[in-house]
Amino acid sequence: MSAPHDHHEHVEPASFAFDADSEAQIAKIVARYPEGRQASAVIPALYIAQKQMGRLTGSAWVPRIAMDAVAARLGMAPIRVYEVATFYFMFNTKPIGKFHLQVCGTTPCWLRGSDDVLRACKDAGHLKGYGDTSPDGLFTMTEVECLGGCVNAPILQVDDDYYEDMDYESTVKLLEALKRGERPKPGSVIGRQTSAPEGGPMVLTGSEE
Amino acid sequence: MALSDKDRIFTNLYGTQPWNLAAARMRGDWDGTAAIMAKGRDWVVEEMKQSGLRGRGGAGFPTGLKWSFMPKERPADGRPVYLVVNSDESEPGTCKDRDILRHDPHKLIEGCLIAGMAMGATAGYIYYRGEYFNEGNILQAAIDEAYDAGLLGKNAAGSGYDFDLYSHRGAGAYICGEETALIESLEGKKGMPRLKPPFPAAVGLYGCPTTVNNVETIAVVPTILRRGAGWFAGIGRPKNSGTKIFCLQGHVNKPCNVEAEMSIPLRELIDRYAGGVRGGWDNLLAVIPGGSSTPMIPKSVCDDVLMDFDALREHKTGLGTAGVIVMDKSTDLIKAIQRLSAFYKHESCGQCTPCREGMGWVNRVMMRMVEGRAEIDEIDVLEQVTRQIEGHTICALADGGVWPVQGLIRHFRPMMEERIAAYKAAHFPMAAE
Repeated sequence: MSAPHDHHEHVEPASFAFDADSEAQIAKIVARYPEGRQASAVIPALYIAQKQMGRLTGSAWVPRIAMDAVAARLGMAPIRVYEVATFYFMFNTKPIGKFHLQVCGTTPCWLRGSDDVLRACKDAGHLKGYGDTSPDGLFTMTEVECLGGCVNAPILQVDDDYYEDMDYESTVKLLEALKRGERPKPGSVIGRQTSAPEGGPMVLTGSEE
Repeated sequence: MALSDKDRIFTNLYGTQPWNLAAARMRGDWDGTAAIMAKGRDWVVEEMKQSGLRGRGGAGFPTGLKWSFMPKERPADGRPVYLVVNSDESEPGTCKDRDILRHDPHKLIEGCLIAGMAMGATAGYIYYRGEYFNEGNILQAAIDEAYDAGLLGKNAAGSGYDFDLYSHRGAGAYICGEETALIESLEGKKGMPRLKPPFPAAVGLYGCPTTVNNVETIAVVPTILRRGAGWFAGIGRPKNSGTKIFCLQGHVNKPCNVEAEMSIPLRELIDRYAGGVRGGWDNLLAVIPGGSSTPMIPKSVCDDVLMDFDALREHKTGLGTAGVIVMDKSTDLIKAIQRLSAFYKHESCGQCTPCREGMGWVNRVMMRMVEGRAEIDEIDVLEQVTRQIEGHTICALADGGVWPVQGLIRHFRPMMEERIAAYKAAHFPMAAE
């Protein structure tokens, strides 16, 4: 496995410190693990660092100096944190755009038209392909593997949210809305009740009672 | 007879009602939990054995038997004992645990308490995949509710048993669905599977006795114990009992999740609940019956095969996670399988050479097979190499990575040969004559 990367140079910040929000979250999470097992909190702590970067700079990524801060906070050797940050796919080790477009291209989504979602992201987001960031810094596009929402395929994940039952037109519409600063409600874009079939549930309708 | 709603466990599968504790109690969750626990761990384990429940994470190992491997007494050195719930749910085609986390989290939490007691666990961790951010937030809110209501922690649910439960978010690694990789990840390391033995029941999380169970497995436990092992065992065929959440997707008219009875005929499952195959049953080409790792079966098998562990095994495939991927005649099957090969290449942790090198090799050959840019006898080479990879790694990722390719060759070799012939005809017209 490898973290997503592009070929652009980037600048690592000179300093990083957890802010009060982040510190409060870390304290809560560290308490979930036994004494001496704080390393268990490394993944959550890296998320907190990534989120803080997004909050403060508009780009949710984990610079190396933030990995060092995680190591210091959890009493780990920095190399152990680097290993984790680069092994797992969800940590961005380079800056990304304001919105992270994550296109699922695995077979269940591909069968339902994920190629159209990809094409729409390229067209509406002005993206050359996977790994690219749009010239205006608004979008970064990554191909992701199965998101685990296959009965609502194809799926486009924007940051933490799943947009489901997508096609070319709905993807363009979503990106245009994001450009306008809107954040459409996640979930099925064709109005399905979560994982129930289109048109409404066939079971659990209460009609048997 | 189709399963009736009164025999469905996940009555809020689609989230038509709130997930919260008050609504969960209305659905029957947390009803008499202490009384169930008062019957003791031996009773619970025996009842689970009698129910015939087999693990819902893919391998289908009998749940009661698995629990019985845990030490009967707390370790003399005072080590804790752990229940770990696997909600990494990353097998392509699988999206059932997601609905439990976001719509019925209290079934899972109550199941954790009862299962935890039955294996002598002092605490539990629910490891959910990183992408399930919103689902994980709901789960954590439900855990907080349970603590506030005295259902977790000291004297949980008034049972006299102390049990703590935590959620833990992963970060996008399929391999962490392998139980020892999950434990490594939970300890704050790269998700690389451990050699077994020792098995987790002896040396698991933090070196302590641990059982790892799938979300659906744990979430059905309270209902089974309330309604009785006989009720659950009476649904489906012997050794394949109970109800199961199926994820019906791909080229069906109405993709959906549905809880149905085990051993339901595949055709009935698709026709009754997913609106049938796109273009009609005769437009069916093949089905991957249980998530990406299970080899595909052609229409001729789909016509009458039953959806359970043993029936699918007879056709050299498996029920797996019950992610049913339907492909109609418009599908480029070679491409569909190659995309799975790409998935396994991407997700290999890199620890074992046959997997690290083999998944990449298989994917590269499969990419040529998609084009037809290959020789006919390379199909045999591909098949033979998959046999060399299979069974020669620490975990089953590589097995799952080569089985789809084997399934393709087993059932659709002529299609691969035609592709190669067409490529030759297009690129070397003189030689083809």
